Amino acid sequence: MEFPFLSIIALSPIFFAIVILMLPKDRGENARMLGLAAMVLGLILSIYVYVATYQSLPPAGTPWSETLRFVEEHPWVPSIGLNYIVGVDGLSATLVLLTAIVGLGGVLISWSIDDRPREFYAFFMLLVAGVHGVFVAVDGFLLFFFYELAVLPMYVMIAVWGWKERREYASMKLTLYLLIGSFISFISFLVLYFTPVEGGEALQTFDLRIWSQATFPFDIQRIWFMPLFLGFGVLAGLWPFHNWSPDGHVAAPTAVSMIHAGVLMKLGAYASMRVGIQLLPEGGVYWLPFILLLTLINVVYGALIAMRQKDLKYMIGYSSVSHMGLVSMGFAAMVLVGFTGAGIQMVSHGVMTALFFAVVGMIYDRTHTRNMDDLSGMRKALPWTVVAFIIAGLVGMGMPGLSGFLAEFPIFLGVWEGRGLDLTAVFGLNPSNYYGIVAIIAILGIVITAAYILRAIHSVFFGEYEGEKWHDMRPLLAIDKFTLVMFSVILVVIGLFPMVIAPIVESGMAPVADRLHVAQQAAQFHGGTITGAAQQMIQIVAANVMAWLGGA
Amino acid sequence: MSPNITLSWVLALAPEIGLLVVLFMVLVFDKLFKPADRRQVGLFTAWGALAVLVMTVALYWVLDQPSAGWGVEDSLFWGGMMRNDLVTFVFRLMFLSALFLTSLLSMDVPRLQKVEYFALLITATIGFSLMAASTDLIMVYMALETASISSYLLAGFYSGQTRSSEAGMKYFIYGAFTTAVMVYGMSLLYGVTGQTSLYFIGDLFSGPEIAAVQPLVLLAAVLITVGFAFKTSLVPYHFWTPDVYEGAPTPFVGMLSTASKAAGFAVLLRVFLSGTLGPANTGSEWWAMLVAMCIITMTLGNLVAIFQTNIKRLLAYSSIAQAGYTLIGLVTLTQDGSGASMFYLLMYVFTNIAAFGVIVIISNVTQSDELKDLSGLNRRSPFLALVMLVAVLSLSGIPPTAGFFGKFFLFKAAIDAGLWWLALIAIVNAFIALYYYLGIIKYMYLYRSEEDDVSIPVSRAAQVGLVVSTVFIIYLGVIAGPAFELTRQAAASFFPG
Repeated sequence: MEFPFLSIIALSPIFFAIVILMLPKDRGENARMLGLAAMVLGLILSIYVYVATYQSLPPAGTPWSETLRFVEEHPWVPSIGLNYIVGVDGLSATLVLLTAIVGLGGVLISWSIDDRPREFYAFFMLLVAGVHGVFVAVDGFLLFFFYELAVLPMYVMIAVWGWKERREYASMKLTLYLLIGSFISFISFLVLYFTPVEGGEALQTFDLRIWSQATFPFDIQRIWFMPLFLGFGVLAGLWPFHNWSPDGHVAAPTAVSMIHAGVLMKLGAYASMRVGIQLLPEGGVYWLPFILLLTLINVVYGALIAMRQKDLKYMIGYSSVSHMGLVSMGFAAMVLVGFTGAGIQMVSHGVMTALFFAVVGMIYDRTHTRNMDDLSGMRKALPWTVVAFIIAGLVGMGMPGLSGFLAEFPIFLGVWEGRGLDLTAVFGLNPSNYYGIVAIIAILGIVITAAYILRAIHSVFFGEYEGEKWHDMRPLLAIDKFTLVMFSVILVVIGLFPMVIAPIVESGMAPVADRLHVAQQAAQFHGGTITGAAQQMIQIVAANVMAWLGGA
Repeated sequence: MSPNITLSWVLALAPEIGLLVVLFMVLVFDKLFKPADRRQVGLFTAWGALAVLVMTVALYWVLDQPSAGWGVEDSLFWGGMMRNDLVTFVFRLMFLSALFLTSLLSMDVPRLQKVEYFALLITATIGFSLMAASTDLIMVYMALETASISSYLLAGFYSGQTRSSEAGMKYFIYGAFTTAVMVYGMSLLYGVTGQTSLYFIGDLFSGPEIAAVQPLVLLAAVLITVGFAFKTSLVPYHFWTPDVYEGAPTPFVGMLSTASKAAGFAVLLRVFLSGTLGPANTGSEWWAMLVAMCIITMTLGNLVAIFQTNIKRLLAYSSIAQAGYTLIGLVTLTQDGSGASMFYLLMYVFTNIAAFGVIVIISNVTQSDELKDLSGLNRRSPFLALVMLVAVLSLSGIPPTAGFFGKFFLFKAAIDAGLWWLALIAIVNAFIALYYYLGIIKYMYLYRSEEDDVSIPVSRAAQVGLVVSTVFIIYLGVIAGPAFELTRQAAASFFPG
């Protein structure tokens, strides 16, 4: 048997969490050391997995099930087809590495936490384990299992260590939004489990490798694509289900905001792509042009709301909504270049937002305010933060030479290319009519981003430094500086050397794009309208109910 | 038939006989051991329960009693009065674990350190165990009464305390009445068929002849359901639940909400799936009735639970809702479904006993059972808070706890049987439930109380009980495979042929 890299990456934080909880009460010191050890271990293994995956990229055109590396397979509940299967492709290897990096940053940034550190680190470890688990899961059920595992620690951490004014409201809202979303997706899972595929029986398995090779009947794809995609899309902050996210970001403690915006939202995007689009490509071709419009609202509306915010953390929360919209927009472009852009955007945004929240957390810890009107001249007090904030800001604006450009440019390119699509899809929208316009408007959204970020930089970091007001401000710790430098360097390196990430992400996205492409070619929008299909479903329900009433 | 009839007849009753031995030793405990410490009797009961549990498992593993390969004929013993099959085995595991954990948790409650209390716990367990085994109407009734009478006494055990006496009295009156109604239903069945064996009656009713007596059988089904629904606290026979849970001694409530409920479901599954009250298919009248009860029970339990401020009442309504979920497995009428029900009950034993165990310890200190007593629990005792967190997660069905798999197996079985709308209702209910379960977490971890720095001591015995439950909750939530395979295999014996 091979060395179980992925299982150790995903499960070792749980082990560390248990050890941390068993520490005696007065040993909070050791809790953070153990947390750090867990994250470093995860990071080392993730780097190995990333490099090994990068070195053996599959040739283009390989089906997804064969692009997987480090596959481990164990039966779980065999009688109903549950298996423990983990493996990584190019994209998930990248995201696992991202999680490890942001997780490490999270532990470092919360180094000085003194309210019940044992519980804090234990829940943080569980959160990281859940996120890692989703990225490496190759079994639909396992994916769902880890997904839920990731949501719950969020609730406790926001409710307990969060911002006093909003934490109860925000944590409950976040949990209900995410759990309801995931359960809607899960119902779709069960439907796929029991639905006969084209030319065969029901699959009766959750193995995504088998699912990704099957073709579900068109009507099933058309009806269940939206629940599946949107259910996970809730976590990706897709408009109009983004509402939980800014509240959650703001109420969460810094480390949790970092993981939350940096990685957890990617979980939604990743799952909706890996499961939604990959399994139901025809449903995707049918609905994605419509979803493109939603993501456009995400991008522009999110940016506009961000511009209105006075609270620095809310501003970044809404900017996350806007940037995550770009990820989904890359998916909705339905071409490989868009997908690749979306993948890089996940990484770029993950690091960028983590950096943003780290900076905001450092400022808030020292000034106890996040109101931009009250802050000014921070460049004097905390010079390191200003550089980091500006780098992150430039990434957000898509400045060439930084990772943001590498991410956003392909997305817009992909959407622009979509003008060639000639499909009459949902509601009679023909994408060829408006993909070009969407691309242009979305690019204008970036201008809004530039506006609010520059405004924030101006008002928070520059301007007059009120030395008396902040006279007792602590300087940054070495750990804080290390975190800022680590994140900034990653953003710059990706921007300058795209080769470190672009090919591996592309290799992970290619199978999905291929499947979409095949579905587009088939473009079989026969079999009546969506309303017809829905009507049929309602009729089946009605017939069931009548039969049942008759039976009674 | 197995080779040595006499021996296997005895072996079929071995766990109950073992419990009887423990019972007699407990009864003469004071004379026998002259203990210096009042806690000894509880400890002795716990060891006894553990010994019987080990013996039951050993019988299955080593001697293959009961064997998975037995047909209906092979597993009927004592003149068809009881069946020693995997179903009985699985339920015995639940009851004996419940007895073991409950005795551990009761040990340190001063008012419960009496021989009578532990003796009654054991007789109740014998009753539960026989309920799960019985395959004859008379036996069902006898076993049910054995369990019930012990339970009435236990519910009112805090004599001199109004709440507890009220609980005992209420439970008794309600129980006596519903049991009488049930016996009337059974007498109707006997009148129609002249038989008392579930399987004989099931055979008689499987043919077209049932049409002639259809109305009578339906009436019998309704009346018998009253008795079983009372035991399992299904709506509309749930009214006793919150009051009794609130008043009865808390350690016993843990047992009442799990073992007693499981025993009720055991007979429910046996009687309905054997076709005693009309063939087990979706065309039967009782099927529609049970589906309706299932939906109403889930919904009502969850909605009312939201407004509770007493933690025991909250868990009472939650346990009503959980009974509703469990019923889903029965109404699917499939092997997977009944297996899922049994798995659900199994995990529920550990989950709810853990939850009530935590409350026992807290109310020992605070002398009340209000939800707000949980405030600041995380600061007062991180261990108790963690156990409660795991239990609450399991109740609400979030991984990596057993409740997640319990719900998953149930919902999957429902969708598999074409009852996807029932699964949908259950899922919506699970979300309503999430609201108040998360509320408990909020009290423990977020709110602070004035006695934040007064830590809550946890005795060794209680620690062992809680750790064992927690380990099982996590174990069943991560490695659900073996347990589910066992219950699923066991469920095969509900469907002979």
